[in-house]
Amino acid sequence: MAVELTVNGEHRTVDALSDTPLLWVLRDDLGLTGTKYSCGIGECGACTVHLDGQPVAACQVSLSRAAGRSVTTIEGLAGDDGGPHPVQAAWVAENVPQCGFCQSGQIMTATAFLAHTPDPDDAAIDAALSGNLCRCGTYQRVRRAVRRAAATMQEAK
Amino acid sequence: MGVETANNQRTRVSRRAFLKAGALAGGGLLLGLRLPPTDGTADAAGADGNAPEADTAFAPNAWVRIDTDDQVTVLVDRSEMGQGVMTALPMLVCEELEADWARIGTRFAPADEAYANRLLGSQITGGSTAIRNAWQPLREAGAAARTMLVAAAAQRWGVSAETCRVEKQVVRHPESGRSAPFGDLAAAAAEQPVPDSVALKDPAAFTLIGTPTDRLDAPPKVDGSARFGMDVQLPGLLTAQVVRCPVLGGSVASFDASAAEAVPGVRHVVEIDSGVAVIADGYWPAWKGREALDVQWDYGPHAGLSSDAIAQQFRRDADAGKAATARDDGDTAAALENASKTVEAEYEVPFLAHACMEPMNCTARLTDDGVEVWVPTQNQTASQEAAAEVAGVPKEKAHVHTTYLGGGFGRRSHTDFVRDAVACARAAGAPVKVIWTRADTTRHDRFRPATYNRLAAAVGDGTVKGWRHHIVGPSIKANNDMLGGEAVDSSSVDGAKDLPYGVGNVHIAYTMSNTPVPLWWWRSVGNSQNGFIREAFFDEAARAAGRDPYELRRELLADQPRYRGVLERAAEAAGWGAGPRHGDARGIALMKSFGSYCAEVAEVSVTPDGRVRVHRVDVAIDCGPVVNPDTVTQQMESGVVYGLSAAFDEAVTVRRGQVEQTNFDNYAILRMDQMPEVHVHMVASDSSPGGVGEPGTPPIAPAVANAILAATGEPVRRLPLTRAGFRPA
Ligand code: FES
Ligand code: FES
Repeated sequence: MAVELTVNGEHRTVDALSDTPLLWVLRDDLGLTGTKYSCGIGECGACTVHLDGQPVAACQVSLSRAAGRSVTTIEGLAGDDGGPHPVQAAWVAENVPQCGFCQSGQIMTATAFLAHTPDPDDAAIDAALSGNLCRCGTYQRVRRAVRRAAATMQEAK
Repeated sequence: MGVETANNQRTRVSRRAFLKAGALAGGGLLLGLRLPPTDGTADAAGADGNAPEADTAFAPNAWVRIDTDDQVTVLVDRSEMGQGVMTALPMLVCEELEADWARIGTRFAPADEAYANRLLGSQITGGSTAIRNAWQPLREAGAAARTMLVAAAAQRWGVSAETCRVEKQVVRHPESGRSAPFGDLAAAAAEQPVPDSVALKDPAAFTLIGTPTDRLDAPPKVDGSARFGMDVQLPGLLTAQVVRCPVLGGSVASFDASAAEAVPGVRHVVEIDSGVAVIADGYWPAWKGREALDVQWDYGPHAGLSSDAIAQQFRRDADAGKAATARDDGDTAAALENASKTVEAEYEVPFLAHACMEPMNCTARLTDDGVEVWVPTQNQTASQEAAAEVAGVPKEKAHVHTTYLGGGFGRRSHTDFVRDAVACARAAGAPVKVIWTRADTTRHDRFRPATYNRLAAAVGDGTVKGWRHHIVGPSIKANNDMLGGEAVDSSSVDGAKDLPYGVGNVHIAYTMSNTPVPLWWWRSVGNSQNGFIREAFFDEAARAAGRDPYELRRELLADQPRYRGVLERAAEAAGWGAGPRHGDARGIALMKSFGSYCAEVAEVSVTPDGRVRVHRVDVAIDCGPVVNPDTVTQQMESGVVYGLSAAFDEAVTVRRGQVEQTNFDNYAILRMDQMPEVHVHMVASDSSPGGVGEPGTPPIAPAVANAILAATGEPVRRLPLTRAGFRPA
């Protein structure tokens, strides 16, 4: 079934089974492997992308549900100038990633969160990011990076 | 890889001989040791499997490459699974090479004998050995390269080498004002003799080693460009899932592939050694094919196996009295007999899964005369051997491309996923990526052993005078046919046998009680169980002796300065002895593992209905010389989380021969809202380097258990906490 959608600002047409999760459309059909598969049941957040600006688990959204909508993945997060998003920059500054596998999902959750909660407290950060599992235990640095990103984004305003 | 190295022999070659062998090979050195085209992943250049031999102007040894465009590249011969080797190993080389760190390039090394881990015998990342193994040879590799570059410059300028200086990959001759970047000297340096010996810097002169250094792999890991095994793409690549028998040790009796084959996108349904493979155009058709597949299983002999039966078996075997002695100091029986007080307890820990965030996977392609695999592996040598065996080609014809690893923790030193991929590629006649689902990854993990333990301590005069620990459980080595007839699997008694306390009478015994549950090494191995049991029981004994557990530890470690060093540092940082700060109570524990000493204090609160919150953890680590302090800090944070996660709620159980856990909904790992503040304190020491990947894990469970004991008066003798009547708050 051919389905049209917008991915990272580009119009794309995908021919795949209509129940294919968006995760596998991105990874297998569009070659965007920055979005990760880990649990496949919406428990870990590794596959988080933005669907019309909202963070969703791409493993839980079928291609037919994504039809006509706008998807942003980790590959599409950079600013218009190609430089890193402030959240990505904060992540590098805090040396957050260890193995790195969960990090795309963490960052996609954090960017969506900060877009509507520009000045979060620690409890809000924990609540927003507790759906993103990290087996390497980078949580403490994730917290720090979110705070740092919030501060830089506030300053830039 | 084309492994026609000058020292292509099975036995390990000493570094010295290795440098000489390099010299024999002339300027090119290590002829045929083909560089992976990028950071070890399959990209366009590597995708055809025929990436050109890297034309490197100067390749003085297995780790350093310098091109005429002044690019310095360090080959990283250990797997990057989060522990920071991709930054720390190049730092070792760079320190002596005097390359410009801001411009350093890195690549994952291929599978090659040259990269054998001297501590483990083959090219393997595990046992927290990366730095311990590399500390000397990689600095020497950098120094040798620098010496040759300087010699080339000196020759060109007609000056003595001693009068030249090197800084940020430029060789200078201050007297004449001449200078040349490494790139200009690379070709000439290749003609210089490899030095027989090199002098290494005095540690006081280090400018890079010991300085917190940003991870080189952070940028690609925040923009989605880092390629993990799962991300490998090749022309014509198919995706496979393998359906394995849910019962441990079962096998395929028969299967009907017709419904699966009818799923659009499914290409092949074939039986391989491990089960039935559904090979399709992508993950989703493979999954749908698998759902439609009808397999009849032969459940084999273990269809009735259960965790309860295993627990009973352990107790029976404990009673049967067939224990092998792992350590016997003094007369423990007499000490217990004559003690004014004895404390006795039974401790139990469960099987655990590794739960790497990246599910198991591997990509394989058969070539005209060999096989290539792209794999997130901790063990290049074993992957190469497994791929060669399944493909039916000689080992030299099996090429291993190491990708980034989405977690390892020991799991990825196995090769079951490599075998799957090669078998599927053979069956399909096309390149195949095998992806284990999360459920496959959990149910068909190879687990950390469960154990049952009986302990007794002789207490009197305000101290502990005797210690008996009897461990009953399955052996990892026996489970993997690696046991050479010894009665004690050393990994089963690690952490118990090396009780450091000067209690005089110590008896440590092990009863091997094997089960069909597949086993493997899990972060910190035996120390993960025995650390908890030993350190938690110590607090029970200290309590019986009427002593503060920290003070008694200090006293019984009087002649163990490194243990005391970390113990005191952690206690001081945590405000031991002061009133509650973050929680109701503090708990302390310490362990030496993998050459490093680590003590941790946990500050914990417990509600009357058993909700446990860990507020803060202070970690003191003495790992000898520190290469990248930030990496050590990260690894301690990581080790604490891994151990805490297990302590809270991780357990693998078996029912009707099947592992019950499948995914993160029933094998819950620590989430961000349960994350304590972790503070890491490094204790300086100038001994040889210790590991950092694992030593942070063992002390956290007992530190938390001891805090709960202090808060409630009730010992925690069973993990996870959720099975001992507690819940995470
Ligand atoms: S893979 Fe989608 S939430 Fe885990
Ligand atoms: S960095 Fe490894 S899982 Fe998060």
